[in-house]
Amino acid sequence: MGLFGFGKKPPTAEETARLEEARSDEVHVRVRDVHKSYGSHHVLKGVDFDVLRQKTNVVIGPSGSGKSVLMRQLIRLEKPDEGTITVDGVDFAQLRGMELERRRRNMGMVFQMSALFDSMTVFDNVAFPLREHTKMSRKEIEERVMDRLESLAIGHAAKKWPAELSGGMQRRVAVARAIVLETDILIYDEPTTGLDPLTVCTVDELIAETEEKFGVTSIVISHDMASVFRIADRITFLYFGDVVVSASPRELIERNDGPVMEYIEASGVSREFILANAKA
Amino acid sequence: MVEAMSDATAEANAEDAEPKAQAPEDDDGPSAGQRLLAFLASPLVELGTLFGLGKEAVLWTFRRPFRLRLVIEQMEFIGVGSIFIVGLCGFFIGAVLGLQLVDGFRQFGAENQTGAVVGMAMAREIGPVFSALMVSSRAGSAMTTELGSMRVSDQINALVVMAVNPVQYLVVPRILAGIVMVPILTLLFNVIGLCGAYLVCVKMLGIDPGVFVGRMQWLVDWPDVLQGLTKATVFGGTISLIACRQGFYASGGAAGVGRATNRSVVHCAIAILALDYLVTAIVLGQGLF
Repeated sequence: MGLFGFGKKPPTAEETARLEEARSDEVHVRVRDVHKSYGSHHVLKGVDFDVLRQKTNVVIGPSGSGKSVLMRQLIRLEKPDEGTITVDGVDFAQLRGMELERRRRNMGMVFQMSALFDSMTVFDNVAFPLREHTKMSRKEIEERVMDRLESLAIGHAAKKWPAELSGGMQRRVAVARAIVLETDILIYDEPTTGLDPLTVCTVDELIAETEEKFGVTSIVISHDMASVFRIADRITFLYFGDVVVSASPRELIERNDGPVMEYIEASGVSREFILANAKA
Repeated sequence: MVEAMSDATAEANAEDAEPKAQAPEDDDGPSAGQRLLAFLASPLVELGTLFGLGKEAVLWTFRRPFRLRLVIEQMEFIGVGSIFIVGLCGFFIGAVLGLQLVDGFRQFGAENQTGAVVGMAMAREIGPVFSALMVSSRAGSAMTTELGSMRVSDQINALVVMAVNPVQYLVVPRILAGIVMVPILTLLFNVIGLCGAYLVCVKMLGIDPGVFVGRMQWLVDWPDVLQGLTKATVFGGTISLIACRQGFYASGGAAGVGRATNRSVVHCAIAILALDYLVTAIVLGQGLF
């Protein structure tokens, strides 16, 4: 790479072929033996699970089990102490510098409280990644932003400020911002926290719609069991730093694992509800 | 250099939010000895963090994209937004300085030297120090609050996730704006302060206007003004860096942002006074001006 980031090399034929091969794989992200400690506190103790391509993958678990820490490793807000996080055949955990930043552009994240820039309008929030990372003209940016906003049913709010929006609308704007760069992977950190039941359903639909319309792989970290079983294609149960089980919702119920069922039943969601609502 | 810079930044971005804040606490708290050690080491840790952020800001200043629009926005916020408070402060400080000096000098018949002494004091010391203190109170605290709020509401993490370096996007424009605008505000402070002193000395206390201005021209020279501007440049960069450091690494919700803002104002004031002595000693000691 040239000085100051100039002269970036286009991918070679070999790299392109490897990427194509990786993209045909059903597994989009492979997390293997990931460890993370803070001081003497070992939070992640060798986490292993797969994230399925273009599916909704949900990570659940009790408070303090390491869900948010795992999410921070997945998006590389932090670097794991050990282990690999392979995205499309590339170990994301080992990437550094410009390569890490380049790969990050393929990942989006919807933060718990949306994390919209409150000094910008909704339009500018969504346009921000395009202005930063593309050479699109003003007109092209406007078209892309409005397309994303309208596809998420918030086109009318383009000129509003984040503070003027409801929680549900803020999540929609956050999703629009996360997918405006043609993102492959979208991570949601507890997207339904603090929302009323109707808005929770709206956010669930939003996650499903986004996956369907834009073909993204969704990774959702959630506590809300009713929501989890409505949207999940695969559920990973994290229990104090270890993955106890990673399976489809039905498999999860059929296995009848002790801590998993205890956790699910404590949330008040019945087995009947799960079987009625879970995806096939 | 770019790779090293990028690595450092990527890691820094990742670890920005004071990792220890997220680490679950051990069951046994630190012992009294450990707490004492931590207390004694805290100024060094603070300085280390400040220099680390400063180093990163310097590296990112020279890397594309250059965000001129953000620098201009910050120049407007720091500079234009501080004109009133700096001007008002300058007027009253000039006026009170004139009042005190005439009263003092009259005791040995030297009141005609008031213009010279006011001019010298304004140019070398009072202008840069008070301008910087005003800017740190008004703009520095606002910077800390803004960055702190962005930190605790995950907006800074959102920048990292969008592959935008937060130091380059948030810190560099503020430091550059501080470096440019505090000297300009110092010049403004000096001019308005001298007007205040002139009004009090000449119009109220009867000092001859020709003598007031003439003695000032005789004693105050460009090197004095340059000394003040050098200090103002150093203060401008320092207060922006301190304010950004406090906000950028804030943690602990709204209360944490409040504490960071408090620390920012206190640290800025201490830094201005300490650096004032240091720069004066260097400038006078080596006879640079």
